[in-house]
Amino acid sequence: MPKMNMVQAINMALRQEMEKDKDVLVLGQDVARDGGVFRLTDGLLDQFGKERVIDTPLAESGIIGTSIGMAMAGLRPVCEMQFSGFSYLMMGQFEAHATRLRSRTHGQITLPMVIRMPYGGGVRALEHHSESREATYAHLPGSKVVTPSGPRNARALLIAAIRDPDPVVFMEPKHSYRAFREEVPEEEEVMPLGKAQVVQEGTDLTLVSWGAMMRPALKAAAEIEKARGTSIEIIDMLTISPLDGDTVVESVRKTGRCVVVQEAPRSYGVSSEIIARINDKALMYLEAPVKRLTGYDVVTPYFGREKSYIPTAPRVARGIEETLDF
Amino acid sequence: MPKKSVAKFSVPHIQVLDETGKVDAKLDPKLSDEQLLEMHRWMRLARALDERMLKLQRQGRLGTFPPCTGQEATSVPIALAMQKNDWFAGAFRELGGRLVRGEPLSNTLFYYNGWEEGNVLPSDDLRMLPISVVIGCQFPHAAGLAYAARYKGEDAVAVAFIGDGGTSEGDFHEGLNFAAAWQAPAVFVCQNNQWAISIPRCDQTPSETLAQKGIAYGIPSVQVDGNDPLAVHVAITEALDRARKGEGPTFIEAVTYRLMMHTTADDPKKYRTEEEEKRAWELEPLIRFDKYLREKGIWDDKKEEALAAELKAEVDQAVADFENAETMAGFAPDAPFDHVYGTEHPYIEEQRRDYLENMKKEGGHA
Repeated sequence: MPKMNMVQAINMALRQEMEKDKDVLVLGQDVARDGGVFRLTDGLLDQFGKERVIDTPLAESGIIGTSIGMAMAGLRPVCEMQFSGFSYLMMGQFEAHATRLRSRTHGQITLPMVIRMPYGGGVRALEHHSESREATYAHLPGSKVVTPSGPRNARALLIAAIRDPDPVVFMEPKHSYRAFREEVPEEEEVMPLGKAQVVQEGTDLTLVSWGAMMRPALKAAAEIEKARGTSIEIIDMLTISPLDGDTVVESVRKTGRCVVVQEAPRSYGVSSEIIARINDKALMYLEAPVKRLTGYDVVTPYFGREKSYIPTAPRVARGIEETLDF
Repeated sequence: MPKKSVAKFSVPHIQVLDETGKVDAKLDPKLSDEQLLEMHRWMRLARALDERMLKLQRQGRLGTFPPCTGQEATSVPIALAMQKNDWFAGAFRELGGRLVRGEPLSNTLFYYNGWEEGNVLPSDDLRMLPISVVIGCQFPHAAGLAYAARYKGEDAVAVAFIGDGGTSEGDFHEGLNFAAAWQAPAVFVCQNNQWAISIPRCDQTPSETLAQKGIAYGIPSVQVDGNDPLAVHVAITEALDRARKGEGPTFIEAVTYRLMMHTTADDPKKYRTEEEEKRAWELEPLIRFDKYLREKGIWDDKKEEALAAELKAEVDQAVADFENAETMAGFAPDAPFDHVYGTEHPYIEEQRRDYLENMKKEGGHA
């Protein structure tokens, strides 16, 4: 199996889906000639031509609005928001149309489309380039939100997102774009949306995360396991909406302890929702309060302070220990 | 170096049929008698339904809605000029055009009485977007629809509507610009009815015309008398033809007037004069079209009487369908849970059970 980083894996997913289905189009600012500012769409223009790989004018609402039109007409546009920090300009179109048209026409109009966007911090980027706002999109009924954590699942989930009948916000943790490589099979691999993955089984504590935070979570878990001989079950949510609460609940019923790691601000986030699901269905199994390690409810700091803002492996490790020792 | 002019533009204005019912012989599109009578009937049907809806609303039998009275001459000739394969992306004052495209009258009644079922069209291939309460957003949709049509090799044009207030929205500009950049087969129509709720056209923008905003995007743009169905016909025919020939989008500013309130929840007395309204009623489209048809010798009192009876019966039937208890009983109370996603969603199913249980405990709401 070839080893590749997330950029290459996402590029492969786009290329393979475009080869397979001529209704798949890529559009966005700088996606064609430049191959995207992170090179995610590199080479697609040469292979598929400018009718299918479209450099658009600079306007986020226009990019998603035209993608909605294309999807309505039966195409499967994959549009790119250059950074999630600019995606709020498309919010009107997303909330009023992308998430609603299926429902308000009782399924007569459907929008099979993907909105890709890099999100999250850790790359010493300029202001508005480091936020983790997955909950903002997940809060809207009718939207699906996917947050891959590595090259292999990014590739397999993006294929599923492109084939999905609904609008999918595909949030790529830019910190993980080139951070590590994984073996990714050349042949097709598809992972279902809405399913979390138990990446490691364990019996003493459930550790839940997604996106870029899987790395510090895994590191912290390995350290604690080594130091204390603890058995930690690790869950990668992969999809934020629909949220696979059942996998978390089932695990917590078994372990009785849970830690959730989230890059986003603490309040109103995905961790809150995960804890609410545990509260509904696994409260009486808990040996300790569910702990969450998160960003803070402050405006995402410039990169000078981002190391103190984003949960680190040592912070996660402390949280795990506190939960084990409760 | 002396300053020089690097761009010049002018905005053509088209009027074929003036307010007295006189036709400009040079510009006359010379529609057949059948075409003229068909156009007349659709405009009258839209007016009849609109007037009935106002009564129903005042009687508490219909929710809030935005009347279309006075704006029939824009969307009806446009819809009549379009082909079946074209996309119709109306905003919310295109009742006549929607009826022409094949939407049952009762859909509008259901929609404005709080039922999503009013958005469901009798067949999947009508190529008409549902009403959009949000302003301006169909311009990018139309650019995307048009791009897709060309990409798929279809002979289809996307036609989108907006109001004068909508021209201040970002999506107006983004939609026009994308369509222009792509030279997509689209037609953009602004129904400039002079009022965005209480904001008059002059406060919306100091721009001399709205049409010139299209020119700024490199789009052939024209202003027409929007109360003149023949002028609208001329403009849309040319625009559709341009799009079909692969020559890109057109922007049409149709100058008309919102004769009624913004919606039934609005009171225009607060912000405009009766004199202004009185003058606007003299310019409205149906009076001049009636004169024109009579002058032409294809309309008379007898035909008028027959048409009025026919339209009344048609609207009566729509209201009966709308208030039919059996139809309403077919509207599943939990329908909102059916179409959030196209794939299974166990957590929404859980919530559906909760919703139904609560509804049952409270004796049913629908």
